[in-house]
Amino acid sequence: MTDTIAAPLLSIDNLTISVGSSAIVEDVSLQIGAGEMLGLVGESGCGKSVTALSIMRLLPEPPMQYRSGTIRLGELDMLALSEKQLRAIRGEDVAMIFQEPMTSLNPVLSIGDQLREMILLHRKVSNQEASTRAAQLLDRVGIPSARTALDRYPHQLSGGQRQRVMIAMALACDPRLLIADEPTTALDVTVQAQILDLIDDLRRETGMAVLLITHDLGVVSQYCDRVAVMYGGRIVEQAAAAELFANPRHRYTEALLATIPASNPPGTRLPAISGTVPPPGNRPAGCSFHPRCHAVIEPCTTTLPRLEGIPHATRCWNPAS
Amino acid sequence: MTLLEIENLSKTYPGAHGTTVKAVSEVSLSVEAGEVLGIVGESGCGKSTLGRALLRLIEPSGGDIRFEGKSIAGLSRRQLKPFRRDMQIIFQDPFGALNPRHKVGAIISEPLKVHKIGNTASRAARIAELLALVGLPEGSAERYPHEFSGGQRQRIAIARALALEPKLLVADEAVSALDVSIQSQIINLIAELQEKLALSIIFISHDLSVIRHVSDRIAVMYLGRIVEIGPSEDVMETPAHPYTQALLSAIPRPNVPRAERVVLKGELPDPANPPLGCAFHTRCPSAMPHCTTERPALVARKIAACAKPATTACHLYEVA
Ligand SMILES: Nc1ncnc2c1ncn2[C@@H]1O[C@H](COP(=O)(O)OP(=O)(O)OP(=O)(O)O)[C@@H](O)[C@H]1O
Ligand SMILES: Nc1ncnc2c1ncn2[C@@H]1O[C@H](COP(=O)(O)OP(=O)(O)OP(=O)(O)O)[C@@H](O)[C@H]1O
Ligand SMILES: [Mg+2]
Ligand SMILES: [Mg+2]
Repeated sequence: MTDTIAAPLLSIDNLTISVGSSAIVEDVSLQIGAGEMLGLVGESGCGKSVTALSIMRLLPEPPMQYRSGTIRLGELDMLALSEKQLRAIRGEDVAMIFQEPMTSLNPVLSIGDQLREMILLHRKVSNQEASTRAAQLLDRVGIPSARTALDRYPHQLSGGQRQRVMIAMALACDPRLLIADEPTTALDVTVQAQILDLIDDLRRETGMAVLLITHDLGVVSQYCDRVAVMYGGRIVEQAAAAELFANPRHRYTEALLATIPASNPPGTRLPAISGTVPPPGNRPAGCSFHPRCHAVIEPCTTTLPRLEGIPHATRCWNPAS
Repeated sequence: MTLLEIENLSKTYPGAHGTTVKAVSEVSLSVEAGEVLGIVGESGCGKSTLGRALLRLIEPSGGDIRFEGKSIAGLSRRQLKPFRRDMQIIFQDPFGALNPRHKVGAIISEPLKVHKIGNTASRAARIAELLALVGLPEGSAERYPHEFSGGQRQRIAIARALALEPKLLVADEAVSALDVSIQSQIINLIAELQEKLALSIIFISHDLSVIRHVSDRIAVMYLGRIVEIGPSEDVMETPAHPYTQALLSAIPRPNVPRAERVVLKGELPDPANPPLGCAFHTRCPSAMPHCTTERPALVARKIAACAKPATTACHLYEVA
C-alpha cells in the first residue's frame, strides 16, 4: 500500500460500491492527512461523485451497496455508524460542497435562514451571533453586500452566487474534512481564485483536510499536494501533484493532460480522447482503458494491472516515462 | 448576414428593501449567421440574465431584439412560438432543468413533440442520433436523469437543445461542469455543428481559455455592461480594458506558479448600488479622477499596443 501519511484523517481502503451486479467504484483506496489537499480527477462518469458521497454515507442505499472495504474518519468507522450518529457528524466533522448547488439549496428558505440553521444545529450560539457569523461567511466567499444578501432566496442569485452560498454552508462549522465536488465550476477565475485561496488558507490555519474533485487540472496543479486519477471506477494513478504533471505515467493521465484548452492553439481541434468511459457493468477485461489506449501491449487486454509504486503509484502495464 | 441584433437591452430585478438590481444595462450587440460570440465576465455580472432576456425567457425591462431582421421584443407568447424553434438554450444548471420523473428519451424528444415534428419512429431514431452525437451510451434513452453523473446530465441537456437544429444557440456555461476530456469533445462537437449547420452560438462562460478556443468574437461584461468587444485574438492578445487584462492574468494553468497571477482586489460591486462613472473604477489599478464621475462610452478607441482600434469603454484611451 502507498501509505505515506503517518496517521491519515481520512482513510478509504479497498472500497467497492455497486448497483446490482455492476461495480460503480472498485477497490478504491485513498488517504488524506490533516491539513492536506488531495485532488481527485477523472473523466465524467468515472465514479468521483459516488466516491465522495460514499464517505458521508449519502448514497441512496438501495440501489447503491457497499460491497467491501472500509472508510475511517479519525477514530470513526463510517460504515458502522447509525443514521443519527451520521447526522451529528455531517457538517460538524465532515462537510461537503455538492456538485449541484441548485438542487441542494432549499428554494423556499432564504439563504440567511439556511446558514443560521446550519450554525445553530452545531453551535451553542444566540440567533444574533448566528446571523453575524452567517454574514461573515457570505462576505468571505465574496457575495456583495452580505448583510442584505441574507434575506435573498436561491432563485434570486446567479449560478455562481448559489455555488458560493453552498461553500459558505460547508465551511460554517469548521469541519475536519471538507469534500468539495467541483466547487468552483460555475465560477469565473477571479472568484475561483478567491474561493480556493480561502479553502487553502483554512486548511493551513485549522488543519482541515480537503478532498477536491475537479476537472480543472490547472486548479489541481496550483492547490493540491497530491493527485489521484480515476478511470472506470478505479484509481489508476496517484502521486504528488508536481510529480504527476511533470511525469504522468498512466496512459490515461498522459492523454488527459494533452486535452487542456489552454495548452492548445486557439481554434484548433482539441486532442480529445476518442470513445467514452465504459459504463459500470460493461467495463472491458484487463485494464479498462485499453480500448482507448494507443500503447496497448499483450497483458493489457486480459489482465488487470495492480496499482503499484511508492510514492508515485500507477496501474498500467506499459506506462509512459 | 446578421442573425440577431440587440439594442440597449436592459433587465432589472426588484432587490432587497425596495432597491432595484440592475442586472443588465443598455447592452447592444449583434451576432452573424454562423458566428460564435463569447461572453465572459465575473460571477453575477449579468451573463445569464442577458442570455435569457435576449431569448425572451425572461422579460427585458427595455431595449429591442431583432431576429433575422424582425423585432421580437414586443411579440406575444403565441407570436413568439415560431421563433422559439430557431432559438435554443443550454441552461447553466442542467440538473434543475431535467425532469427527474421523465426518461432521458422523453426529455430529449420533448422539443420535437412541442413543435409537432416527426412521428414516434422518426423521433426514436432522432433520439438515438442525438445520444450518439453527445457521446452517451446506447440505452441511455430508457434511463432516468438520476442514474447519470453530473457531466452526463449536462450532455443530456445539450442533446435536447440540439434536437430542433436551432439557428441560434445560447450556451450558458455549457461545458463548465465537464471534465477536460469530455469538455474538449463537446467543444469539438459544438464547433462541428456550428460549421455543418451554420449555427450561431452565444457562448457564455467564465472560463477564458474555453471562450478563446471557440469564439470568433468576445464580449467582456462587467456589472451589467459590456466593457470590451472585438475579434477573439485582439481581445486575448491585446486586451484594452484593465478589467479584461486582469481576467486574462487570473487564468490558472498547469506549470504556471500561483504567485505570477494578478488576482483582482475587492469584490464585484452590488448591482443594486453600482458605482458612479466607470463601474470598474473601485478596483481599477489605472483609475483616474474623472473615472469616478463620467461613464466611458463603448466605442472604437486607438490603443498603443495595437495598430487596430479596440472597442472598449475606458477613459485611458481618450483622445486628448
Ligand atoms: N443511482 C444510480 N444508479 C445507477 N447508476 C448510477 C447511479 N448514480 C451514478 N451512477 C453511475 O455511476 C457512474 C459514476 O457516477 P459519478 O456520479 O460518480 O461520476 P463522476 O465521476 O462524478 O462524473 P462527473 O464528472 O460527470 O460528475 C456513472 O456511470 C453513473 O451513470
Ligand atoms: N430573480 C432575481 N431577483 C433578483 N436578483 C437577481 C435575480 N436573478 C439574478 N439576480 C441578480 O442579478 C445579477 C446578475 O445575475 P446573473 O445570473 O445574470 O449573473 P451571471 O453573470 O450569469 O453570474 P454567474 O457567472 O454566477 O452565473 C446578480 O447580482 C444576481 O444576484
Ligand atoms: Mg460528479
Ligand atoms: Mg450565470
